[in-house]
Formats: sequence, structure tokens, C-alpha cells
Amino acid sequence: MSHEQQDQKLVYMANQIATFFASRPEDEAVAEITNHLRKFWEPRMRAKIIDFTAHGGAGLMPRAEAAVKMLSKS
Amino acid sequence: MGLIHEIDFGTKAATAENLVSLTIDGEIVQVPEGTSVMRAAMMMGTQIPKLCATDMLDSFGSCRLCLVEIEGRAGTPASCTTPVAQGMVVHTQNERLGKLRRGVMELYISDHPLDCLTCSANGDCELQDMAGAVGLRDVRYGYDGENHLGQTKDVSNPYFQFDASKCIVCSRCVRACEEVQGTFALTIAGRGFDAKVSPGMEEKFFDSECVSCGACVQACPTATLMETSVVEIGQPEHSKVTTCAYCGVGCSFKAEMRGEQVVRMVPFKDGKANHGHSCVKGRFAWGYATHQDRITKPMIRAAITDPWREVSWDEAIAYTASEFKRIQAKYGQSAVGGITSSRCTNEETYLVQKLIRAGFGNNNVDTCARVCHSPTGYGLSAAFGTSAGTQDFDSVEQADVMLLIGANPTDGHPVFASRMKKRLREGAKLIVIDPRRIDMVRTPHVHAALHLPTRPGTNVAILTALAHVIVTENLVDSDFVRARCDGDSFGQWQDYVSQSQNSPEAMADVTGVAPDLVREAARLYANGGNGAIYYGLGITEHSQGTTAVLALANLAMATGNLGRVGVGVNPLRGQNNVQGSCDMGSFPHELPGYRHVSMTDVRESFERAWGVSIEPEPGLRIPNMLDAAIDGTFKGLYIQGEDIAQSDPDIKHITAGLSAMECVVVQDLFLNETAQFAHVFLPGSTFLEKNGTFTNAERRIQRVRKVMSPKNGYEDWEITQLLSNALGYTMAYQHPSEIMDEIAHLTPSFAGVSYDLLEREGSVQWPCNETAPHGTPVMHMEHFVRGEGRFFVTEYVATDEKVGPRFPLLLTTGRILSQYNVGAQTRRTENTAWHQEDLLEIHPFDAEQRGVIDGVWVKVASRAGETSLRAKVTERVAPGVVYTTFHHPMTMANIVTTDYSDWATNCPEYKVTAVQISLSNGPTDAQIAYATLGRNTRQIEIAAE
Repeated sequence: MSHEQQDQKLVYMANQIATFFASRPEDEAVAEITNHLRKFWEPRMRAKIIDFTAHGGAGLMPRAEAAVKMLSKS
Repeated sequence: MGLIHEIDFGTKAATAENLVSLTIDGEIVQVPEGTSVMRAAMMMGTQIPKLCATDMLDSFGSCRLCLVEIEGRAGTPASCTTPVAQGMVVHTQNERLGKLRRGVMELYISDHPLDCLTCSANGDCELQDMAGAVGLRDVRYGYDGENHLGQTKDVSNPYFQFDASKCIVCSRCVRACEEVQGTFALTIAGRGFDAKVSPGMEEKFFDSECVSCGACVQACPTATLMETSVVEIGQPEHSKVTTCAYCGVGCSFKAEMRGEQVVRMVPFKDGKANHGHSCVKGRFAWGYATHQDRITKPMIRAAITDPWREVSWDEAIAYTASEFKRIQAKYGQSAVGGITSSRCTNEETYLVQKLIRAGFGNNNVDTCARVCHSPTGYGLSAAFGTSAGTQDFDSVEQADVMLLIGANPTDGHPVFASRMKKRLREGAKLIVIDPRRIDMVRTPHVHAALHLPTRPGTNVAILTALAHVIVTENLVDSDFVRARCDGDSFGQWQDYVSQSQNSPEAMADVTGVAPDLVREAARLYANGGNGAIYYGLGITEHSQGTTAVLALANLAMATGNLGRVGVGVNPLRGQNNVQGSCDMGSFPHELPGYRHVSMTDVRESFERAWGVSIEPEPGLRIPNMLDAAIDGTFKGLYIQGEDIAQSDPDIKHITAGLSAMECVVVQDLFLNETAQFAHVFLPGSTFLEKNGTFTNAERRIQRVRKVMSPKNGYEDWEITQLLSNALGYTMAYQHPSEIMDEIAHLTPSFAGVSYDLLEREGSVQWPCNETAPHGTPVMHMEHFVRGEGRFFVTEYVATDEKVGPRFPLLLTTGRILSQYNVGAQTRRTENTAWHQEDLLEIHPFDAEQRGVIDGVWVKVASRAGETSLRAKVTERVAPGVVYTTFHHPMTMANIVTTDYSDWATNCPEYKVTAVQISLSNGPTDAQIAYATLGRNTRQIEIAAE
């Protein structure tokens, strides 16, 4: 599995989380996604998705992208 | 130390609270109303002779040996069928009764072989005992008349034999099969002198519907039905109570021994999970413990292409420690991790996660629950506040409606299935939601009220449709919701599920289930009295596994089916200690007791006790470890009792990850599939060789007791301790009880648990602490652990694993009765007689389209890979769905499953894989290559003695 494939896998996983919270209001959903990533993703995974997002974050759902950005600030 | 003799009271205990006084043989005794005279006598220590009676079964009254005299009543009634009455005066022994009983015994013995000295039941024969008890000295009829002697033994079953010559036709076996097991495989064929016990239509046991649970053997008062092991070895001389190491039911057994040799495993009547019942695995399939394939010496190798080299324990442990230290020095502290085992004890699991958190200094610990019930942990914790089922097993006795979804208990949890079937015979209703027509849908004396045959992957759709009916037809228990649940979340959920797109009619295209069936099921669950949900991996092993668990919690809360006996949300756990391994802090984000590693106060309590600082960040989960290995940042893995190269999905990915590591340590009984990629093999010990505890699916903590010395030299917790000490983190436990004391000290829900308590109580269900010193059979009675129950919106999202022209069928996987998980244990027992290979179940329609007939080789191809196995054409699966098991490594079932996983927990989506089936000439090239790899990587250089 290449680095690109690994990035895509993380994008897929982040989007899955965002999909679960799709029915929630924007702010609440972004906070929940961020919290999930913080609680369950190992720092290496978080660093990779933050780095990926910083380089454009192609393929990330808007709420997932917002959550990763929020994660990078904390 | 001798044999544990359980008292047989002859008839079942009465449950009435009213007490009745009567006089038996001049002594006044008080017993609950409804108690039989026989039981009342035994309660005061008087054993009335009996043959057809036993307290596991309903009274029958056929042998006429238990006759008594009751003042004021005519004749000599059978004490087993006569209930006590206030003021009753009973005489159990006098000349008249003695004469009658001798007459009865005389008739029995006149048609019984007199080979007591060479009989396998010698010393454990109730007929022999009763002949002695009634003082039989002569048989006036002689032995030359017509009789049943000299009949051919039925030795078709590998675990027990049937010798009709010794049968007294007491019907205990027939009744045990009906009342205890619920299979109805046995009957009495013929009438009068011709009456005889018959499996099925006078078939051999092996060919009949018999499921080899052993209940008939246990019930037999003679040597008619006898364990083959007893025939071969002789009667046991001592026993210990221990806990089965197979499924999550957690049956208690008496390990009956001669020296260090197991003679038989007999289900323990006082076992609170099984109440004296068993299945073919726990009762009989323990031979793997002494199988020739067991590895008992440590082995190491520099590369996985090298042969294994047997070494001393000192060398193996020192090498392992040096490798982990080297890797951490070179790649960083977080470059190593470990996997705990749901087959090992709580104490062993606790110690592995402690080694990783304290010895390795990171949180890279995970467990096989990752691939089974991790969504249960997440879902039930989020909704209720606790990562566990809500009820005890006994709760089923008060269930009026059972909703069974994504579980196949007759195969996966057979002893609990018998309890369910018993409740159904008593009148409870059953709703089955499953793509397959499992045995609980319809078998003799089992008939589900409703079967909703969903398409694989649509659980959330069907559960939300059920919720739609409950809300829109005003079936919500508003009082419960108002009093016990979070109103805001309920409101959001109610608004969502009542939308028309969630109606059964709208969802029918997705689920494939007729809307009327869904509406009927919702009404039955909501209005049918106590509604109890039981579910299994058919719920969790999906990309929406967690969502489905939340949807089940929603249904239970909305209908008020929580917080009392007879209801609840009950996960049927796969392995013996899945619950325990999760409780013990095996997940990378949680310390023991399900507390997140980021919680400073919790972390500090462990830091004080362990004398180290603990990482506040979550570690890697199993799939993440493998990803990181391929990425080059994860290089060493300590695996205790888990075979990820067979059990986990997308094997190519698993093996690529393992191959990318520099030190893989496998601690197991056998050179399993994962060991092919290992550099160190540490031989493990079986459940018969260790002390500890398991926690079953109902949160019941039970003792595991050592009955033989570990063939490898150490119990598994000792090996972890050796490794920890070699790594420089000191552990100095002398006994697992000390580990449990530490767990209790650090974990509030276990605060009251100790080995002393378990000795006194037999078992205890957590939470067990000051508030609940005797444990907690039913949770959330007054309020939810999290305070108010929380509803979650559960929007159905179709899996990305979709069928199409190339892969038009859906493959779903599961297991069968005789085999267990990856089969490492059961494949090394006589259980292979029932299942020598995994088969692909395919519907006749799909089979015909592809020219597939029963028994031919077929290729199963998915986007992930392909494999070949034989086909079984059956209507148990719906058109469009195929099914197989994963008990045999050569099947490589998980080469076709994908790496799609649950959104919250990464639990793999085993249950939905789009496949195509075509005819095949035999195993694929990959299977042949894998067999060759297996032979090459299992070469062992034997150390010089």
C-alpha cells in the first residue's frame, strides 16, 4: 500500500465518520467528528490527515475537512 | 481432593415463596409449595430410591421405584410426581415399600447384563446403586427369558457410545434431549417389551439430528450412554470446577480427572450461565490440549524464511526483549505494540496491556474484539454508558418476545439457544432478522413468529424502519422515555425516524423485506410484553456496525424494554473472554474499566500503581498497526492467542503488514497461520493448565482452575511477566489472584471482585463493588450508567461494497456448531467428523444459473481476491446471497473479504462482500502456494537434548 493509498484510506475513514454525523447541525457535527478523531485515532494517523488536509485535502467531505482543521488547531 | 458430587434432588426446585410443613419419616420439614415429596425428603437428607427421576428434568413417574406411603392416601404414590401438602405425613421406608421396590428392581435386573465388574459405569451407575439401596439379593425369574441383551453397540458418535443392552428405558435421555437441549432427536420407538430408545427414525446417533450436546449421556443412569473417554480410561477420581474456553456463554464444567489426565468434562449444575447444560465443543472437544501438533518449546528465527530453532525459555525471552528494545531504539517508542487474547484469562489480558502501556511505553494494544464486538462497546457505551449487555442469561426466562438479529445461537451459542428454545416452548414469541433461514426460524418445536430475511448490509435500514413503525403508530413507551432518557436526543430521533423515507414501504427496496412483515414485527416487539433483543456479529461486522448497535439501543429505549428482568439489549459474544478482554483495557484508547487514556485522574491512578507515566494519546488499532507496518513506522508485535492471518479480513493486507515487521512474536498453542510470519514463537498454555478468570457475555466473572501442569512449562501470564522483566519493567506476581486484586484496586466496576469472593459466590457479574457487593445481574435498573439514555439518529448508508455485473452475489460469513472460530482447537478434535471443510452455501436458483451442483468445487471471486471450495446447494440462503465459514485455513475465506470497516471502530465488514461464483477444478494457485508456504515456514530444527 503506497503512501497515497494510505492517505486515501484515512480520507475514506474520516468521511465515514462525517457521514454518521450528517444529520446533526454543522457546528455540532464538526465538533463530534473532531472529538472522534482525537479520541480514537493514534497521533500518527492524525498527523497524516492533518498534513494531507494542509496540502489540499482532496476528497474530504467539507465537515470532515473542517474537523481536521479544528483538530490541527488543538 | 476427590470428586465433586452434586446432590441430585430428583425433581426441580419449586419457586413459590409460600412454605409448606410436612412430616417425613417422623421429621418435620418446611419446603416451598410445589416441591415434590422426593425433593423434600432429599432436602432433609433422605434419598428415596429412584431411577427415572433427576433434578435436571421434569417429573416423569415411570420407574415406580420412588414409591412412598402417605397417611390418609390410598396406595403407594410416586414421590417424584406427588407435590407436598400442608400437614402431610410421609413414610419413605417400611417393609411393604421395601418389598415393592425389590420387586421392581428384580424386573429391571432380570433383563440387564450382569457384567458390573467390567462395565464402564462401574462405580458410577445408578442402577447398581439402587440395587444396593433396595437390598436386592436374588432375581427369581432367572436370566434365560426373552431379553434385550447382546445388542450391537452404536459407536457412530466419536464421543459417546450407545449400548442398548444396558438400557432400562427410563426415558431420561429422551427427556433430556427434549427439555434441556430442545433438539428432540431421541424418542422411544416401539411399545411394551419392544420399547427402545431410538435416535431419529431408528438411525445411528451420528446420522440422526443429535447435536452431541451430551445431555443424554449425562442423564443416563446406567452405562447405556457413556463417554468414550470413560470407556477407554476408566472412572475419574478427582475433579475441579472450571470454565469452558469456547464461546461467550461461559459454561461451568467439572473437569473430572485421573491424575493429570482429563477423563471427561461434565457440565456443572451450579454453573449460573449454563445450569448443567453443555454443547459438543465444551463437553467433548478438549482433546486439542494434548494434540501432537502442540508446540511446547520456545522457538526463534532471524527471518521468516528460516526454519524454526528450538531454544530455552531464557534465550527466547532474552531474544524477544532485545529485539523490541532494538526496534524501539531505532524506530521510536511507538514502533511496537501487542494484541491481547479473548481466549486468555482476564489476568493474562490485563498483564499484556500493562506490559504494553508500562513496559513498551505506548498504547498500541488491541484485541480480537476489534474484529467482532468493538461496535458493541462503542454503541452501548454511547447510548447507556456501559460497554456491555444489559441482562443475565436467566432473564430470558421472563422474555415474552425475543428479537434475534445477526446471530445464529444454535450454532454459535448453543447452550443459550437451548434456553431460548425452552422459552419458546413455553409460549414466548420470536422475531428473527437474518439473511439466512437459520435453525431458530424453523426446526422441530421451534417456530419463529416472524422471519425478516434482510439483504446483507441493510440492518440499519430495517431497524430504522422498525423504529418508524413504533413512532408513527404511537407504540413508544412515553413514560419510560420521559423518565429515563434524554429528551432532546429522543426528539431528534423521533423526528428523523418518522420521516417517510424510513417507512417499511420505502425501505423495502433496500432490505428486500415485505413492509407488512416489518410492521408486524415492530408491533410485536413493542406490544408483546417483555421484549428482549439478542444480537451477534451479524450486527457488528458491517461498515455501519456501530450504527446498528445504536439503532438497537434506540428500539429498546423507545419501547421501555430496559431496566428490568426479561428485556434488554444482549450481545452474544463470540469468544469465551471477549467481554473480559475489553473490560481489561485491551483497546488502545481505554484503560481497564473503559476509561479513556486522556482522563488525567484515571491515568494518574494507574501511574501511581504501576510506577510509570502513561501516554495520554490513543494507540493503534489492529488494522492501523498493519497500515503503519506497511508505512514503515511499526516494526514489532507481541500477539497472545490470536491468529490475525486467518481471522482478519483481506489476508493479503494482513500478511503484507506482518511481513513488513522485524519482530513478530506469537504466543499460542499451535503454529497457527500468523506464526508463518513470526520470528519468535512462545508456546502457550491451555485453559486446563492455568488459573484465572473469564468473563462471559452476561458480565459474569468465573474461575478458571488449573487441572494439569502446563505442557509448555508456564501459564501465559507467567510468560508475559518474564518478558516484562526482561524488558526492564518489573512484575512479580506469584498467583493470578494478585493480578485480580490489582484490577479490583484500579477498576471501580471490579472493586469488590476477588478470588475469595468467587470461591464463596461461585461467580459474580460486574459491576461488583460497595454499591453491588454481590454483583449486578441486570443493569440500568433505576437509571442508566450515563444518567439519561441517549438516542442517536441512525441514517442508513449503503456499504460501498456493492454488487454489480462482475460481482453479482453477496457473500456473508459465519460459523457452525462443531467448529470454533479459526478452528485451531476444534480442528484438532473429533469434531472434524461433522465438518471436515468449509463449504459455500448457495441457493438452488443461483447454483443452476452457474451449473453448480452439490459438492462440486467453485471459485469465489471478489474485488479483494479469490479462493475455491466445495458448494452446498441449499435454500437456507436467499437467492443472491452465498455463505461460508472460516474454520479451515486452506479455505482462505478471508482472502475474499475486503478491508471495509465500521466507521467508528474499524470493525471489519465481514458480513458483506460482493462476489461471483463459478465452477472450479479445485484449489486456486494461491491456495496451493499458501499450502507450500505453510509447509516451508513451519520447518523446525529440533534442539539437541
